Amino acid sequence: MSGPMTAQTARRFNLAGGAITLVTVICAVIWAFPIYWGIISSLKPEDEVVRPVIELWPETLTFDHYWFALTETQIGSWYLNSIVTALGVTFITVTTSMFAGYAISQLRFPGRTALWWLILASFMVPTQVLIINHFVLMANMGLLNSWAGIILPQLIHPVIIIVYKQFFDQVPRDFREAAVMDNASEWRILFKVYVPMNWGVTTALSIVTFIWAWNAFLWPFLAVTKTEMMTITVGITQVWDAFGVYYARQLSAAVLAGFPVALAYLLFQRRVTQAITLSAGIKG
Amino acid sequence: MIRNSRKESLIAYALIAPFVAIYGLIFIYPTIDMFILSFQDAPLIGSGDWVGSDNYTRLGRDRRFGTAAWNTAYFVALSVLPGTLVALGIALGVSRLSGRLQALVLALFFLPYILPVSVVFRLWDWTLNFQFGIAMHLFDWVGIDRVPIFKVTAWFMPAVAFVTIWWTCGFSILLFLAGLRAIPQEIYEAAALDNTSRWRTFRRITWPLLWPVTALVLTIQLILQLKIFDQVYLFSQGGRPNDNLVMVYYIFQRAFVNDHGGRAAAIAVVLFFVVIIVSVLNFQLMRFAERRQ
Repeated sequence: MSGPMTAQTARRFNLAGGAITLVTVICAVIWAFPIYWGIISSLKPEDEVVRPVIELWPETLTFDHYWFALTETQIGSWYLNSIVTALGVTFITVTTSMFAGYAISQLRFPGRTALWWLILASFMVPTQVLIINHFVLMANMGLLNSWAGIILPQLIHPVIIIVYKQFFDQVPRDFREAAVMDNASEWRILFKVYVPMNWGVTTALSIVTFIWAWNAFLWPFLAVTKTEMMTITVGITQVWDAFGVYYARQLSAAVLAGFPVALAYLLFQRRVTQAITLSAGIKG
Repeated sequence: MIRNSRKESLIAYALIAPFVAIYGLIFIYPTIDMFILSFQDAPLIGSGDWVGSDNYTRLGRDRRFGTAAWNTAYFVALSVLPGTLVALGIALGVSRLSGRLQALVLALFFLPYILPVSVVFRLWDWTLNFQFGIAMHLFDWVGIDRVPIFKVTAWFMPAVAFVTIWWTCGFSILLFLAGLRAIPQEIYEAAALDNTSRWRTFRRITWPLLWPVTALVLTIQLILQLKIFDQVYLFSQGGRPNDNLVMVYYIFQRAFVNDHGGRAAAIAVVLFFVVIIVSVLNFQLMRFAERRQ
């Protein structure tokens, strides 16, 4: 292998590498373009939106459509319903999973193995097939068109227990034994040792559970028939007369619906990606 | 260490009680109820007569069931493998970058995955709008006649698959990136010393070492896309829903539009078993992948 040859190959390598990098960056911009285009269109007056030319920036910047969505539609109620139900799903799922995960990881009790297998098995069952029976159950309980009715069937997230068990398993036994020596109760051990040591994973799991619940469509769509009880994902697509055939208005409502989760992702980018890789069974 | 096992059990039961209560009510009971309902001639709400396996045998000559099964398989074929390959390509590109540029580029690719399906629907309904959509300029430029994409059966599934790949790709990209990061850097350094070409490096090192993650992504995607409903439903609004039926859509239609609870439950049971079988294979693959890692 001679000197000049390697220099030449290296240069060719770098050139190809640079080209790949450039293509990746261009592809990323194109990939996200529909999001940009949706936002920009929502900021144009309706007559400018339907012009047959491509204008990447509005000639007249207007927030009228947002004003319309916020004042003339029920989007305020939809926001409230989404916030309440998503927070409810998140809080109940994360706390019950944390308790169950702790019990399975740290305590020995009859039925422990059976419960663990049941959780692993339920990981495989598609909740979509249960929509009929969820609907019948919620109707019999009188919970259709209510927050509780939207929340309850969304509480099956076995993966959160699985992640908690893995993390609690990794806490060194010394911590537990020291606490037991001090005569600390199980509750104290859980809340003073195990929970604080795993705040990171709790935060991550809470954020993604919130995003899942906010984005849920099928169940909230079935559980609610009254427009004022709809979540935002259902309301912006199912209430036809709310927006009419005004593209910019529809898009402004879509931007409002996507904004909270997009913000949550951008603020907690690393936590979100960590939780998502964890939920697929890969250690982040 | 002395352990009071009875006390420990009691505490454990107290801790698992909320979960078990919810799980029993929302998961175990509805699952059993689904099987019972599938043998009855019942409406959505209310009781019906026991009809044995009638609801199942009827599926054999049910044209809408045939359409739903076919479309689901077609959609899986259009989305799973192409989506996985696109994600792999993007992950390979992103993994070459570093620092802030990498974070930015990854965010651009990942952002769609975070959005609710309703927003994805609005964005693409607008982008691909027959009259005013920006993508139609692309059609004009290439020289294809403009089509109302979501109103034409031949275009519908490919277009929904395309939008689905755009929407869900971010998830697979993350898994591939985690897989790529797990490959020791020394192997690449050794290959670089030997002047191995880029393609050979990929074929001989990256691809084999990444195979467990690829298998994982493929099976997760497969299970996910078998359960597709939201996008198909939303894009079918005002179009031709009966031509675009997929399994979950048909369950919804039978139960909530035709008010046939029993017959809908039979379709649900079929989908239940399809997903379970695929998931068991997935579980085996995951264990296999873990052992390899």
